[in-house]
Amino acid sequence: MSKQATTNILIVGVGGQGTLLTSRVIARVVVELGHDVKVSEVHGMAQRGGSVVSQVRFGPRVYSPIIKEGDADVILAFEKLEAARWLHYLKPDGTLIINDERVDPLPVMSGEAEYPEDIDQELVSIVPRSTVVNATEIAAECGSSRAANIVLVGVLSRAMDLEPALVEQAIREMLPERVLDINLKAFQRGRELYDTL
Amino acid sequence: MKKLMIGNEAIARGAYEAGAKVATAYPGTPSTEILEIFSRYEGVYAEWAPNEKVALEVGCGASMGGARTLVAMKHVGVNVAADPLFTFSYTGVNGGMVLVSADDPGMFSSQNEQDNRGYGRFAKLLVLEPSDSQEARDFVKEAFELSERFNTPVMLRITTRLAHSQSLVEEGERVDIPLKPYEKNPAKYVMLPGFARLRHVEVEKRMAALAEYVENSSMNRIEWGDRKVGIITSGIPYQYVKEVMSEASVLKLGTVNPLPENLIREFAAGVDKLIVVEELEPVIEEQVKSWGIDVQGKDILPCISEFTPELLEEKLLGQAVEEVFTLSTPIPPRPPLFCPGCPHRGVFYVLKRMRLTVCGDIGCYTLGALNPLAAMDSCICMGASIGTALGIEKARGEEFARKTVAVIGDSTFVHSGITGLIDVVYNQGTSTVIILDNGTTAMTGHQEHPATGRTLSGNDTIRLDLEQVCRAVGVNRVRTVDPLNLEELRTAVEEELAVGEPSVIIARRPCALIPQADLEKKTYYVDTDKCKGCKLCVKIGCTGIYWEEEEKLAYINPNLCVGCGLCPQVCKLDAILAREA
Repeated sequence: MSKQATTNILIVGVGGQGTLLTSRVIARVVVELGHDVKVSEVHGMAQRGGSVVSQVRFGPRVYSPIIKEGDADVILAFEKLEAARWLHYLKPDGTLIINDERVDPLPVMSGEAEYPEDIDQELVSIVPRSTVVNATEIAAECGSSRAANIVLVGVLSRAMDLEPALVEQAIREMLPERVLDINLKAFQRGRELYDTL
Repeated sequence: MKKLMIGNEAIARGAYEAGAKVATAYPGTPSTEILEIFSRYEGVYAEWAPNEKVALEVGCGASMGGARTLVAMKHVGVNVAADPLFTFSYTGVNGGMVLVSADDPGMFSSQNEQDNRGYGRFAKLLVLEPSDSQEARDFVKEAFELSERFNTPVMLRITTRLAHSQSLVEEGERVDIPLKPYEKNPAKYVMLPGFARLRHVEVEKRMAALAEYVENSSMNRIEWGDRKVGIITSGIPYQYVKEVMSEASVLKLGTVNPLPENLIREFAAGVDKLIVVEELEPVIEEQVKSWGIDVQGKDILPCISEFTPELLEEKLLGQAVEEVFTLSTPIPPRPPLFCPGCPHRGVFYVLKRMRLTVCGDIGCYTLGALNPLAAMDSCICMGASIGTALGIEKARGEEFARKTVAVIGDSTFVHSGITGLIDVVYNQGTSTVIILDNGTTAMTGHQEHPATGRTLSGNDTIRLDLEQVCRAVGVNRVRTVDPLNLEELRTAVEEELAVGEPSVIIARRPCALIPQADLEKKTYYVDTDKCKGCKLCVKIGCTGIYWEEEEKLAYINPNLCVGCGLCPQVCKLDAILAREA
């Protein structure tokens, strides 16, 4: 990614999936790299199972804390439907990483709407730089499905070409000791996963 | 090295560095983190007050007592605190006092999107508006100095985007500000008419002095660029202007009340066309117009919802966003909803089944107004449920009260529900009030309150006993039930509605997200041999339960189920069974 322009990372998911931690880990790493950084978060009501978004912007000088539509270099989606919901933020040549996770929103649960089951396949077919990963399953293999967000940090760190030692250091600083082993393993598996894409 | 901070952390940091000793607040998105973070510093006192009015009154006292004092609240909290605010403007301060008003354009988590810069003009306060975390920290420090220099409370107006976005902050050291001496001074602090008349004169003198001061404040600056268009802006919209119109001339205002009239005139004279970009009301624009300056603003930009960079591109530059990717299917919306195991779900399930009129209130449980439970009739402001239930009864008669309940959370009841309950008793209403006691202030991220028995710092304190409070105000019928025991709850509601006197049902069970919930170590599953696909369980709106359209059967996601036991109670076929986790 260019060192001159601002880089825009959009992290989307469902309230409670751990998008905040992911954006904060990435933000800490890019601060270490000497960039100007802004991060926008969603707190409050939407965190109760609603659609949530975190935005990380970095470069020599960042003004707006939010990304314009059509201007995201990377969208990291923790859930398939959310990938589709936020797709209009992606640059034409941007990268879309989709976690193969389905969380039914209320209208689907109650039968008022249908979940577009093959939405991930459609996204992959129309977005040139896109991929589907199964972070939840891999996190479970590492010891806890809750570490899915850190698997995704691993994938994202490769897409962004970040120094793994720096990311690991951020994870060590931001997570409690008792879950560190699982999450460092999850991070490593996320990085390896990128090779298979 | 600079540190990434959300605006709220930067405000807490600025207050700490400025030597603030006392901070008070009632939690409210987007302001909550300010006090949570401030309370972790050494050598300070920070408290959750029962509501914003009390928070500000404690702040007034702390300032009179000579300490630099921070008070924080969301925009609608300032409505609650407006009474002391307007008169504290007259008395002025002893120790510096900064009031943070966290506005919510776009209503991410609020019932309206009022612009509290209006309060600055109305109550005659100095109002500062930062545009990133560094400025938030710097302006708070400056605000304490100015508060003491001009003898005024200072409002720091922020918005959700400032409060909850992170940017880099250069920290400094805390300065040790000794307490100012306390001297008895009734002419300054006792606002009897005779004294208040004299203080009003001082207020007007102060505003004149501030108007002069802001002309040369470094918080206001002109960034000359292309002179064809000049933008006057403040706060987060400044960032959007710089993002999409990097060439334009900009007058960036840090003091939004009073405005620097001469600086604005100088700027206006230097550009061909003048536009104000402000979230959300035309506070700057109308004043500039009143000076006879030709300016545009709300004729181009909306006064509804949060601004974005693409909004400015569209409205100021005529550039629309081009759609790049087109999807073949519509994307179902994802509204927020009750968490798995939420005790509120049981209450609204029962209220919906009983087809009652439900006067609601502010908290997570306001989601009880949305599908699939959709059981709430009204929600106005903190504490309004009980007063509205009484009002409906007085308008429509006691018969109507037999099928009406007020529903209010524990923290909200303490905030401003108690006075409503007193009114029910005093004026011989017969309302049935359900207090949803989940042992925390959940919506804002689980803060303590008087009825949890713990303080902001996590220390044990005397617990406000809700049952005793209700009895003490004169309610004879007070009972406590488990909201996830549907039969017990329904019986209680039926019995209390039937009687022609005030009654309170305390539906008590801890929020599923706090440690006190002590969730059972089991999950539930659907016995697919017994399930007939009636969808009764699906209709309780739990994310842990999903519907398989092809099989026409319900399933439970074991990763989401927390074993609350609500769905087996609604299943008529006993098809939902427990499994040890």
